Amino acid sequence: MRVVIAEDLFLLRDGLIRTLQDHGCEVVAAVDNSPELLRALRELEPDVAVVDIRLPPTFTDEGLQATLAARRERPGLPVLILSQYVDQLYAHELLAGGQGAIGYLLKDRVTHTAQFIDALRTVASGGTVMDPQVITKLLARSNARGTTADLTPREHDVLKLMAEGRSNAAIMSTLHISESAVAKHTASIFTKLRIEPSADDNRRVLAVLTYLKR
Amino acid sequence: MTTTTTPQGNPPPLLSRLIALGRCQLLSLNAFAVSAVGSLVVGALLLLPIGAGFPLLPPAATALRQLSDRYRAWVTQWTGTPVSPPEPLAHTGTGSRRGRAAAVLGDEGFWHDLRWAWLEPLVGGLLVAGPLALVDYGLFGVLVQPFIWPFIGPDNWYAFVPVDSAATMLAAAVLGLGFIAVGLLLAPTTLELHAAWSSRVLAAPRTAELVRRIEHLTDTRADALDAQAAELQRIERDLHDGAQARLITLGLTLDKATRLLDTDPPAGRELLLEVRATSARALQDLRELVHGIHPPILTDRGLGDAVRSLALDSHLDVHVETALPGRLPTPVESAAYFAVGELLANAAKHSGAREVRIRLAHADAALHITVTDDGHGGADTSRGSGLHGIRRRLSTFDGTLALHSPPGGPTIATLEIPCASSSPKTSSSSATA
Repeated sequence: MRVVIAEDLFLLRDGLIRTLQDHGCEVVAAVDNSPELLRALRELEPDVAVVDIRLPPTFTDEGLQATLAARRERPGLPVLILSQYVDQLYAHELLAGGQGAIGYLLKDRVTHTAQFIDALRTVASGGTVMDPQVITKLLARSNARGTTADLTPREHDVLKLMAEGRSNAAIMSTLHISESAVAKHTASIFTKLRIEPSADDNRRVLAVLTYLKR
Repeated sequence: MTTTTTPQGNPPPLLSRLIALGRCQLLSLNAFAVSAVGSLVVGALLLLPIGAGFPLLPPAATALRQLSDRYRAWVTQWTGTPVSPPEPLAHTGTGSRRGRAAAVLGDEGFWHDLRWAWLEPLVGGLLVAGPLALVDYGLFGVLVQPFIWPFIGPDNWYAFVPVDSAATMLAAAVLGLGFIAVGLLLAPTTLELHAAWSSRVLAAPRTAELVRRIEHLTDTRADALDAQAAELQRIERDLHDGAQARLITLGLTLDKATRLLDTDPPAGRELLLEVRATSARALQDLRELVHGIHPPILTDRGLGDAVRSLALDSHLDVHVETALPGRLPTPVESAAYFAVGELLANAAKHSGAREVRIRLAHADAALHITVTDDGHGGADTSRGSGLHGIRRRLSTFDGTLALHSPPGGPTIATLEIPCASSSPKTSSSSATA
């Protein structure tokens, strides 16, 4: 996997490079500002980019703006955004295109290396990965509005993991349940929420997120 | 788009001139009242040496104040420029008659009012009499002269026209129409002059205004300092009990894990996993703390998007409309953000609302925010400490919060914070969450 990294803090950038290399990724560029990020995305055509949301020169949401700009130019360009905090508005903006190949995670998720690399692969292959905090807030809102009231507690757990962008295999191992149980729960969720079931993982995530964002 | 204080669409010119004339009439009639009350007060003052003035003075002064307040209200209503009122009269407390009269005598505003009471009939009253006299004399020429000239001898003059034939009668009528027209033309200007004169004489003495301003600033500065100190204390406590404590635990656990690595690797591994969880919680603590100090999205995007983010976090259907110039001063953005957050939380908790509309606009050098919910209303400003907190925070900026919440709803909260905007460019958009 060819990866571009945009992170302005040297220590974090260095750590990311090493983590990715340890997991067999090729870091084709590691930049510390958004103009260079845009150039790298255009010229190197990486499989995926890992982008810190806050970059020089303004130290606001440069990374996000660069990502949105690059994806307007090349829809579906895979980018995983990292941030010290997650904001629902940013999650909405990133999901707005509905194209997938997008990730939005808290920075500290990189410390769970295996899960982080999983997420990176999902994004690189066109999937959607949202931080558990984004999903928790979306679910809390849906619960308060009663739109997920019909679900059993177990189905809630499965829905949460589906919305985060986890595969069936990941859901199995996280909840310690069998593959058939996962299939049964997801089918039941789709029926109860009246979401069109989909074999395609990314379409499934997007359908669930669209439902929760209502 | 939101509440502005500019007068509603102007009436047609003739109507507005007639209204102005009517107001001149009102003022000229009131000049008699002013003069009467002024005389009453002077009478009371003259009677002071023989003691009879003591019970008379306070009520006379009150009547005078009521009258001057009525004039202040008129000026404000007619021109839109508020006239800063003087301090309330000093005698309203208890005390002996002598004491109350003495308090009136020591009141700067009272002497101001008295000066006005003597000047107003002479200056203001004569001023507004101008257009009135023109119109009245014009009416006389148009409506009365045509009927009376045949019965009056050759010495019948209307202004410079000797009215002794049908032709001269017509000339007089035309001249009368001219007088009426001039009177009507002059009425609005006269009224403006009168307003300018009144606000000059009636406005609180500059010193009183400054004293009031200083008192307000002293109060709000003390509040701001208190709030800031409390905020720092909260941050210190949060750091101490949260992240700092977790980092200490982290160090201890790491130390233990290091020792266990040689003797009991599985247990050491267990502890290291615990370290990871603790570090994640420490980060989360810091994140929440940072959000409470200054939400990152406010730095990134400014007030409009920060409120949109609040809207997305709310469980209610929140519609956000913004018409804001580029950016507002950081402290204003921050105060407005936390105020809107509090209002949204209130709407979610107490109002039973399903839908909330938030409008943000910058006009007349002030930020205007309205938060309207479709709940059952009946919200009481004095109830929540949250609303009190908003008020206190806004007062540092001379900002205000008005709550309109009749039983049955809807509840409308209106915030206004005077502030300049950093750029004249206006970006307007709306979003729904």
